[in-house]
Amino acid sequence: MSPDGPTKPPSAAPLSEPISEQADPHILLDAVSVGYGETVIQRDLSFGVRRGDVFVIMGGSGSGKSTLMRSLIGLLAPQAGRILFDGESFWDALQHERTRRMRRNGVMYQSGALWSSMTLEENVALPLEQYTNLRRSQIHEVAVYKLALVGLSAYCDYYPSEISGGMRKRVGVARAMALDPDILFFDEPSAGLDPLSARLLDDLILELRESLGATMVVVTHDLASIFAIADDSVFLDAATQTMLTTGNPRDLREHCEIKLVRDFLSRGGE
Amino acid sequence: MRILVGAMTDLVSNAVKPYPAARIALARDPAGRVTVAIGGAWQLDADPPDLDRIDAELFTEPGPTSIVFDASDLVAWDSGLVSYLASVAWRCRERGIAVQEEGLPEGIQALLRLASTVPERRAEGRDEHADPFLRRFGQDFIDLMRSTGEILAFIGEVTLALRSMIAGRARFRRSELWLLVEEVGADALPIISLISFLVGLILGYIGDQQLAQFGARIFVADLVGLSIVIQMGALITAIVLAGRTGAAFAAQLGTMQVNEEIDALRTLGISPVEFLVLPRLIALVAMTPLLAIYANLMGILGGSFAGIVVGGLSPTEYFTQTVAAIRWHHITQGLISATVFGAIVAVSGCLRGMQSGRSAAAVGEATTSAVVTSIVFIVIASAGLTIVFDAIGLS
Ligand SMILES: Nc1ncnc2c1ncn2[C@@H]1O[C@H](COP(=O)(O)OP(=O)(O)OP(=O)(O)O)[C@@H](O)[C@H]1O
Ligand SMILES: [Mg+2]
Repeated sequence: MSPDGPTKPPSAAPLSEPISEQADPHILLDAVSVGYGETVIQRDLSFGVRRGDVFVIMGGSGSGKSTLMRSLIGLLAPQAGRILFDGESFWDALQHERTRRMRRNGVMYQSGALWSSMTLEENVALPLEQYTNLRRSQIHEVAVYKLALVGLSAYCDYYPSEISGGMRKRVGVARAMALDPDILFFDEPSAGLDPLSARLLDDLILELRESLGATMVVVTHDLASIFAIADDSVFLDAATQTMLTTGNPRDLREHCEIKLVRDFLSRGGE
Repeated sequence: MRILVGAMTDLVSNAVKPYPAARIALARDPAGRVTVAIGGAWQLDADPPDLDRIDAELFTEPGPTSIVFDASDLVAWDSGLVSYLASVAWRCRERGIAVQEEGLPEGIQALLRLASTVPERRAEGRDEHADPFLRRFGQDFIDLMRSTGEILAFIGEVTLALRSMIAGRARFRRSELWLLVEEVGADALPIISLISFLVGLILGYIGDQQLAQFGARIFVADLVGLSIVIQMGALITAIVLAGRTGAAFAAQLGTMQVNEEIDALRTLGISPVEFLVLPRLIALVAMTPLLAIYANLMGILGGSFAGIVVGGLSPTEYFTQTVAAIRWHHITQGLISATVFGAIVAVSGCLRGMQSGRSAAAVGEATTSAVVTSIVFIVIASAGLTIVFDAIGLS
């Protein structure tokens, strides 16, 4: 594990150990409850995310997937329990350690959440400006390269308001990758995209996993993309307010003993 | 006459209506079973039958044991009928009365089934029933305390950000700062010119009328000069900036909140206070005194216009008198006030923007609230500063 300071160049080699040899989970949840104020949305969540996996958080609408993700990316303190990254508890750490940890996460928001006063290139470049010692020209090159990865290098000087929703999501991915993160989080990457663009985004996620070796945590409803990308998953249930099961979605579809999960994964048994 | 017209319009409208009017009738057999006969055309835009009467009849003690429907005369129906039947079915279920829906058309049965599936679970802890007065009063008080706490916490954060800026560690983009300076400063010049000139003119005109009674017209220059330089210049600038810039800051940050742009900064480990609030604060604190100086000049110009045109003073007379009246400490007072007001506008605008909820309506509220907060605190600060200046012997 390379030490990650503000000086980590974006070209630093990603995690190199083969995935199969990893026993320790990259992210571990220990009896976590999440919610807003007094209201509990999900309780007793305990599961691990293996290093290098594509891990899907699934569940019905309103079950608390986005809420859980907000806790994982450091925006919402859990009401109980611990969230450990590489064995270190995130929410018990000091503020500056949390900040350092968060910098190693890349987040793609559902709507893109691009900074509207900056061009696409500036959006991707900002994390580099803030956290690396690269020269201006190098930052430009890296930003254009990241945009090229999502097929948008021709739009460098466009503003977020001038491109389509799907393009905004792709720029969101490019920005999330800017600092070569250890963990990439995606909130509903395929929502609102046409089937082909959704497919392209899935392929992109898999390719990035191959090339960066990063762990991917994906919140999604989309069955096609769940089966296309997921190695492992957790199923959140709104009625019981807790997780029902974890495992590979294909296995769960065939063998899960909980009917709700099988139904969910087969669209009600089609 | 009027009755006749009423009857005629009835006739006409009946003739136009393609369907027979909606009807509903009840029949109760000795076993307590009620048959609800529905007929005619039930349409949302037509007059419905008197359902209250039916309701009263249906649920009079002793209530029915079961309800069946007869819809053989039903010509047309829409949500008007279904919603009524759904509410009857709900109430029957609450009272344990059996409802047999077989007599209804297929479509209505299907819709009733759909509407009677278990409603989605609501998050608990969200009660919206009307509160009694005392409780609301108490809640308002708690809210006030909390918002005071939030303001103090925000000021604390801003102070920490300022400290890290002085230490050279604050993260914000210099290019953004220049854009803000331009937006805050240069772009505000026309409106500030207009308002200060007019305020100076009004002061000069009224002052001249009063002073003319004592034959002391020349002192209008003192009156305008001092009031503008000590107070009015800074106050005009601050209030224009509150409406123009403070509101814009709140709207910008509020929209960023809605779009998760602020979350995106946080998850990168960039403090939104350093990145967004600090440049806005710096731009305003730097530009407000400069704008106030400009407002002072325009105000004096306005006053001189009145003094010269209405009061018949010569320009040399007027300006010599003004220069003689104004001392450095008057100017200092005005500029210190302006700086404080600038900070107030920036902090209020950014605070309300950062606190904004995640909807378009919330951004609107944040904008309004930013202007109100700024003006309230500007007035309070202006009173406070007057006392302070007096205490330290600056006035
Ligand atoms: N800011 C908030 N304050 C209070 N409650 C909230 C807030 N945001 C969401 N909730 C509640 O939390 C619950 C879960 O919401 P969340 O957005 O996590 O669902 P989700 O699983 O992401 O659903 P979807 O798939 O529809 O996006 C909902 O019942 C919602 O009412
Ligand atoms: Mg969601």
